[in-house]
Amino acid sequence: MTRSHVLGDSATMLRRSLLHMRRYPSLTLFVAGIPIVVLLLFVYVFGGTLGAGLGEVAGGRAEYLSYVVPGILLVTVAGAAQGTAITVAMDMTEGIIARFRTMAISRAAVLTGHVIGAVIQTMLAVVVVSIVALAIGFRPTTSPVAWLAAFALLGLTAVALSCLSVALGMMTKSVETASNLPMPLMLLPFLGSGFVPTRTMPDALRLFANNQPFTPIIETLRGLLDGSPIAGSGVLAIAWCLGISLVGFLLALRLYERLPER
Amino acid sequence: MIGSNRPAISVRGLRKSFGPLVVLDGIDLDVAEGTVFALLGPNGAGKTTTVQVLSTLLSADAGQIRVGGRDVAREADAVRHAIGVTGQFSAVDGLLTGMENLRLMADLWHLGRADGRRRIDQLLERFDLVDAAKKPVSTYSGGMRRRLDLAMTLVGEPRIIFLDEPTAGLDPRSRRVMWQLIRDLVARGVTIFLTTQYLEEADELARRIAVLDHGRIVAEGTPEELKRLVPGGHIRLEFGDHDTLDRADRTLPGSVRDDETLSLQVPSDGGVRALRSLLADLDRASIDVHGLSVRTPDLDDVFLSLTGSHDTDKAVPR
Repeated sequence: MTRSHVLGDSATMLRRSLLHMRRYPSLTLFVAGIPIVVLLLFVYVFGGTLGAGLGEVAGGRAEYLSYVVPGILLVTVAGAAQGTAITVAMDMTEGIIARFRTMAISRAAVLTGHVIGAVIQTMLAVVVVSIVALAIGFRPTTSPVAWLAAFALLGLTAVALSCLSVALGMMTKSVETASNLPMPLMLLPFLGSGFVPTRTMPDALRLFANNQPFTPIIETLRGLLDGSPIAGSGVLAIAWCLGISLVGFLLALRLYERLPER
Repeated sequence: MIGSNRPAISVRGLRKSFGPLVVLDGIDLDVAEGTVFALLGPNGAGKTTTVQVLSTLLSADAGQIRVGGRDVAREADAVRHAIGVTGQFSAVDGLLTGMENLRLMADLWHLGRADGRRRIDQLLERFDLVDAAKKPVSTYSGGMRRRLDLAMTLVGEPRIIFLDEPTAGLDPRSRRVMWQLIRDLVARGVTIFLTTQYLEEADELARRIAVLDHGRIVAEGTPEELKRLVPGGHIRLEFGDHDTLDRADRTLPGSVRDDETLSLQVPSDGGVRALRSLLADLDRASIDVHGLSVRTPDLDDVFLSLTGSHDTDKAVPR
C-alpha cells in the first residue's frame, strides 16, 4: 500500500461524506439549530440577570453575550460530534462498509473520510452560529489575527471531537445508542466556564470544572475574542485536543479492524 | 472439461467459532478456476460465515485457506486485489446514485478518469441501469439494487467472485436476469463461489455443489450426483373412480396407490422424457386422468436424506 493510495483513498472517502452531506443538508442545519436556540435563550431570557453576576465589571445583557459566545461555539462543536456519531453508526450498518473491507483500501481511509467530513460540517455550523451571534450584537474586540486563531482552535477542537465521535459511533451496536453516547459532550461547556464563571460553583464541581478539557479551550477562545488573559490555557487547550484526537483515532481504527466480529 | 485444474479456491480444515458456538466445523473445499461452485444449505448452516472468511472479512480459527493462490490470513491485500464480493445484504451506498456508487468503486480501484468512465458506462449498459443511473439508490427496486451491487463488484474486474445468496428475496423474473448475468461472467472465465438455499439455483448454475449442514459438508458432487442421492421425486396422478385407479395401478407397476384420494404416485425424476412416456402408457391403456402433478426433489429432500436430522418441524408432509 503506497502512501499516495492512502491519500487518494481518503480523498475518495471524503468525497463520499460530502456527497452525503449535500444530499441531506437538514442534518447540518439541525446541528447549527440547537446552539442557536441555546444562544438566544441564554442571552435574552437569562442574559440580563447572569450578566449582572459576572463580577468585576458591572454587566448586563451585552456583557453576557460577549461572555457566553465561546461557550456557545463549543456547544456547537459538541453538538456536531453527536451528529457525527449518529452518521457513523448508521454508515457501519450499511453493507457498503463490508464491501470496503473486502477491497484493498487503506484501513485509515474510511475513517479519515468520516473525520474530515465531520470537521467540515462542524465548521459550517460554527460559521452559521457565529453569524447569528454577530447579528444579535456580538462584537469581538481583538485583531483579525486573533479571530483567525480562535477559528483555528475551534477547528482543532472539531478534529478532536470528530475523532472521538467516529470511535463512539463505531462502538455502538445501534443508532439509538450512538445518539446518546456523546450527550455528555454537550453538557461539558455548562459544567465548565462556558456559561458562568466557575468561582461561584460548589467546591467539588468547581474542581471538576477547572480541570476538564473544555474549560481551557473556552478560556483561550474568550481571550482570543475579547482580549481577557489566556495564560497557560492556550497550551493546555492544544494538548487536550491533540490527546483526544490521537486516542479517538486509534480507538476508531481498532474498532474498524474487528468490526464484523461483534 | 472447461477451465484449468488449478484451484481458484482451496480450503483445508476450516474452523470458526463465535464463543461457544461452533459455526464451521472443519471444512474442505476445492473450486476449479473458471467454474461455478455452489454452497447449498439452510439458514444458519454457516454459508455466510464461509464467504466472510474466504473474502478476508473474518479470520478463521484454524485451517489453510488459499484464494487466487494466496493465503487469506497472510496475504489479505493480495487476495483482496483478486476478489469481488456481493453479499446477501446489498453492499451499495443507499444515499448515493447508481452512477456515484460505481464512480466510488472506480476511484477506489484507482482507475484513471477516462478508463473509469468507460467501464462505468459499459456496466450501466450491461446491467440495464442507464435510465436509473442518476437516481438515488434508495429509490431502486430489489432487483435493481442487486444488479447495481454486482456491477459494483465488477468495476475492479475480479477473477474470483463471491455471491452470497444473490437472488434471495428477488421475484422470479429478476432471479432469471441475475442467473443470466452470472452465466455471462463464467463465460468470460471468472470463477464464482455461490451460496444459496435453492437447489434449483445451484442446479441451474453450478458445476459442483457442496451441501453444508451444521458447519459440516455433508455431501459434494455434480448436480446430477446429488440428485441421485435424493429420493422422493414422483408424478402424482388423480382419477375419477376406483375402476380407473385399478386399471392404472396394473398398467404402472411400482407405483403407490391411495384409495381415499383416488390417486397414484409414480416414482420418477420428473423429467419431460419420463412424463412423455408415462402419458403414452396411459394413453395406450385408454386411462382417463383427472389430475397430474410433478414433484421434484428439493432442498428439504436433500437434507432429510443426507442428514436425517434436519429441523423436523420444517419437514413437509407428503
